Amino acid sequence: MTELISKLSLYFEYPFVRYALIVGVLIALCSSLLGVTLVLKRFSFIGDGLSHVAFGALAIATALKLTNDMPLMLIITTVCAVLLLRTGQNAKIKGDAAVAMISVGALAVGYLIMNVFSASSNLTGDVCSTLFGSTSILTLNRTQVQMCAVLSVIVVIIFVLFYNKIFAVTFDEDFAKATGIRADAYNLMIAIVIAVIIVVAMNLVGSLLISALVIFPSLSAMRLFKSFRSVTVCSAVLSVVCALFGILVSIIAGTPVGATIVCVDIVVFFVFLLLGRCRGGAKA
Amino acid sequence: MAQLICENVSLGYDGREIVGDLNFHIDEGDYLCIVGENGSGKSTLMKTLLGLMAPLRGRVSYGGTLKSTDIGYLPQQTQVQRDFPASVWEIVLSGCQNRSGMRPFYSREQKRTARENIEKMGLSELSKRCYRELSGGQQQRVLLARAMCAAGRVLLLDEPVSGLDPKVTEEMYRIIYDLNKKDGMTVIMISHDVSAAVKYADKILHIGKSVFFGSTADYLKSDTGRVFTDVKGSDAP
Ligand SMILES: Nc1ncnc2c1ncn2[C@@H]1O[C@H](COP(=O)(O)OP(=O)(O)O)[C@@H](O)[C@H]1O
Ligand SMILES: [Mg+2]
Repeated sequence: MTELISKLSLYFEYPFVRYALIVGVLIALCSSLLGVTLVLKRFSFIGDGLSHVAFGALAIATALKLTNDMPLMLIITTVCAVLLLRTGQNAKIKGDAAVAMISVGALAVGYLIMNVFSASSNLTGDVCSTLFGSTSILTLNRTQVQMCAVLSVIVVIIFVLFYNKIFAVTFDEDFAKATGIRADAYNLMIAIVIAVIIVVAMNLVGSLLISALVIFPSLSAMRLFKSFRSVTVCSAVLSVVCALFGILVSIIAGTPVGATIVCVDIVVFFVFLLLGRCRGGAKA
Repeated sequence: MAQLICENVSLGYDGREIVGDLNFHIDEGDYLCIVGENGSGKSTLMKTLLGLMAPLRGRVSYGGTLKSTDIGYLPQQTQVQRDFPASVWEIVLSGCQNRSGMRPFYSREQKRTARENIEKMGLSELSKRCYRELSGGQQQRVLLARAMCAAGRVLLLDEPVSGLDPKVTEEMYRIIYDLNKKDGMTVIMISHDVSAAVKYADKILHIGKSVFFGSTADYLKSDTGRVFTDVKGSDAP
């Protein structure tokens, strides 16, 4: 135990380890916020599709040899978010097909681009880390850390300011529209925020695991809590705690950071599932 | 003064017409009941009045100073997502959202309105409860309280008493009647219950095979009304 602590405190001598931890926590916080919306609204499939789009965008950025890949990813992912929302509004079935096409297409094109244009000697490693996240959060460079931090804070602020509107629009869109709330505008905002979250979270867990990071804390919270606010607060806390724990474990044990965090999320989910069962059983 | 005007409106889905050529207007302070058989297009008409869908032909317009933020709405069945975590308080309060504008949080006054409507609907004890764990009648009252929060001047109700027991139904009609007569709220209500419709409403819109629009007294004298009230009204008190 003392050995662990001394090992950790050795790590924390380095400022970049501290920054990585802070940024990891921020990413976890902002990705948990829209969990309920993503689980329940039609945005769920958009979220999944967009994470694949982000993979394709990253491949393009890599091929172009951009030093900072996030701006390009942000642009491409946001544009796709808006397009997917549009098609989803026109016809539901067609929307699903469009998402499937775009997401699978983005994966294929992304991999192809990486293969053809990559100058790196370790192509498999590159692909793996874009899909499953960097093996260690410590490999993020300074600009990435800064951008992630700034974007996460923006997402949190937007969420707090629009919390009541997000609830109104996601709970009952028809009622919101009928009573003069600009639901379409807020849907657009939600889609853009989801795009930003996905680009940011990609740095932590990679494109295939983003959905897990977004959805698990909310699913866990929904086992125990029944109001929108308590679920939101609980999932934010869970996400932060799990991310913190996961990052520390990954540093000490040398496990891949994204997968470690998601595994912690899964364990917590089952704990909450059991707790929910017990409580439900006691009530009945 | 006309608040809602329908000119030559035809309703339907995917280009298929359900009701054709409706012409009517609703004045401030009216109590209008929309009646007609199942599937005759009552809910569709209400959605069109609210701008949730476009009419196939014709025009729906708001008259005078009516804005969509003055409107409260009780949907027939809300497709609330099955697992949505939301408390009664959160849902009723969300009815006040349309008067928030760009303000991020609810004002003290909005919270008071929500509390008053929760009390009016007899939901005070349930206000912390989870919506989807309530009975059908309780859920209906929650949505009615939400509609009343949103309604500044016009209240549109799609079968507001379905799922309620007779005593609560009577209370509900009384509350709606008072809102209309005392607060001057325009009420547009879809109802299955023709006997209640003719009892409370000033005007009737009957849609279906034959269309009628006019005062309740005229409706009772009309052919459409007689057929409908004779059949339906025979077991009415
Ligand atoms: N979303 C929809 N798409 C296609 N047809 C619909 C839809 N909703 C309702 N309809 C059809 O429109 C007709 C009128 O429905 P509705 O307005 O709900 O009737 P009412 O409320 O008078 O019972 C029905 O025949 C119904 O089958
Ligand atoms: Mg109906």
